[in-house]
Amino acid sequence: MTLPRAVAGVRAAGGVGAARRDPAWRGRLLWLALAALLLWPALRAAEFTPWTLLDARSLRVSAGYLASFVPPDLRAPFLAEVAQATWRTVAIATSGISLALLLAVPLALLACASLSISRLGGRMAPLPFVLRQAARGTMALLRTVPELVWALLFVRVVGLGPTAGVLAIALTYGGMLGKVYAEILESADGQAARVLLINGATRLQALAYGLLPAARAELGSYTVYRWECAIRSSVVLGFVGAGGLGQRMDESIKALAGGEMATMLMVFVALVAAADRLSAWLRRELP
Amino acid sequence: MTSALQPGRSAPRRAGQAVFIVAALVLVLASFASLDLQWTGLFSSAGLAAMGRFGAEFFPPAREPHFLHALAGAAGETLAMSALGTLLAAAAAALLCVPLARVGGGGAAARVVRWLFNLLRAIPELVWASLLLVSAGLGPMAGTLALALHTSGVLGRLFGEAIENAPPGPALALRLQGVGTVQVLLYATVPQISPQLLSYVLYRWENNIRAATVLGVVGAGGLGQMLAFHLALFQMGRTASVLAAMLVLVLIVDLASYLARRAMTR
Repeated sequence: MTLPRAVAGVRAAGGVGAARRDPAWRGRLLWLALAALLLWPALRAAEFTPWTLLDARSLRVSAGYLASFVPPDLRAPFLAEVAQATWRTVAIATSGISLALLLAVPLALLACASLSISRLGGRMAPLPFVLRQAARGTMALLRTVPELVWALLFVRVVGLGPTAGVLAIALTYGGMLGKVYAEILESADGQAARVLLINGATRLQALAYGLLPAARAELGSYTVYRWECAIRSSVVLGFVGAGGLGQRMDESIKALAGGEMATMLMVFVALVAAADRLSAWLRRELP
Repeated sequence: MTSALQPGRSAPRRAGQAVFIVAALVLVLASFASLDLQWTGLFSSAGLAAMGRFGAEFFPPAREPHFLHALAGAAGETLAMSALGTLLAAAAAALLCVPLARVGGGGAAARVVRWLFNLLRAIPELVWASLLLVSAGLGPMAGTLALALHTSGVLGRLFGEAIENAPPGPALALRLQGVGTVQVLLYATVPQISPQLLSYVLYRWENNIRAATVLGVVGAGGLGQMLAFHLALFQMGRTASVLAAMLVLVLIVDLASYLARRAMTR
């Protein structure tokens, strides 16, 4: 019954040849046209003309630039300088994360709904609700502004040097850590904390004995992971004058010193890989 | 509830945790000691007053029509950089992932590709951008290429993992019929993981719009370049408008990506 009808349908649509055509071609063509229509202005706006990279003059410049990367600069005074800059990068990240903790822990405790006493009786009271939302909003603002922008602003206030980098990491990572800490605490089983609060424990007691035992490992591993990210950030912050390896890289790039760049890129990749390994190992071993 | 009652926590593990805490404290103290941080300039009453003046200079944000026009142009440039960089990276990552799709994990080619992804990923967008400025010149093309290079490392790794974790049945079925690697990838593996691949691309786009707003600080075009320019000239009202445009752009892209993700999962 159905087969003859299908055959008739195919005949009506213009024979077997027409049926072999992709039945979805209209949709595909529409999407392709739409994509092209969206891409064209994007290509124009980004001044994306990769063929200009391939004309003779620009190829000569690029080749000379690349050739200057070998051999890497391995003179002792320069290596000592790089070692010092590398340590400063790690130090900026570590100091920044420590200050971020000072910001994140109070904000997270303020924002965490599992520690609400008024919520025990049903709905949260209005004032605590507003306070929690304010803490959330503060953290959102802190982490939405990129750390590089914080650093640029602080360089204006405190001048070039590591202080701007430390403050930038402290603010951005304070917002990030605080938000995630609050989420981790809220996703942990809240039963124990609730029982403690109902029986008259203070919020800090409920936190220490009700929430932390379950959430401790995750909190620690997230902090270590963020420290690793902060090392990457602190290199980038150096490019706006916040000290460390990034600032030294920026100077070498501006001086077109390819050999120095090669050395520092290798040191940077090794540093990031080492932080990555250390952080993975700590997260596996510690909890 | 008390840790003494937990049988899994042994003495060596506790010793390890103590060592870690001491090492972390030493690192933190050494960090603060070795950096010449200028807290006095910041937290003294004079420093706080200077900070307050600095904050107050941001208001009111600049709203002259010709400036807003330039701002919209820069925002469009940043948006184009992020979208184009992400698309180029997705294409490059997809092409480079082909050797990883071989049944049995692939050989020397797969190792080379993984190594390349690690290298591309290890160098941040901003460093790529300032390296590329010499070849590509000042402007958004250097930024687009920088985003594409870093992102292709990230997406390559994510795509590779998705390919390796895809259920192997359909791929094996085609492979046993003598179908080649590329066809197996296109007709067995990709249809299974395409929602995952698309959500990775969207996630990187959200990241890249953030990166694209700041890339201009080293001269790679877009809002970042405007920010650095007006900040250098102490035009704080205009700086405030640029900052606001950055935040709005990031929010718009997050919303678009959220809607696309929801449309895909429905």
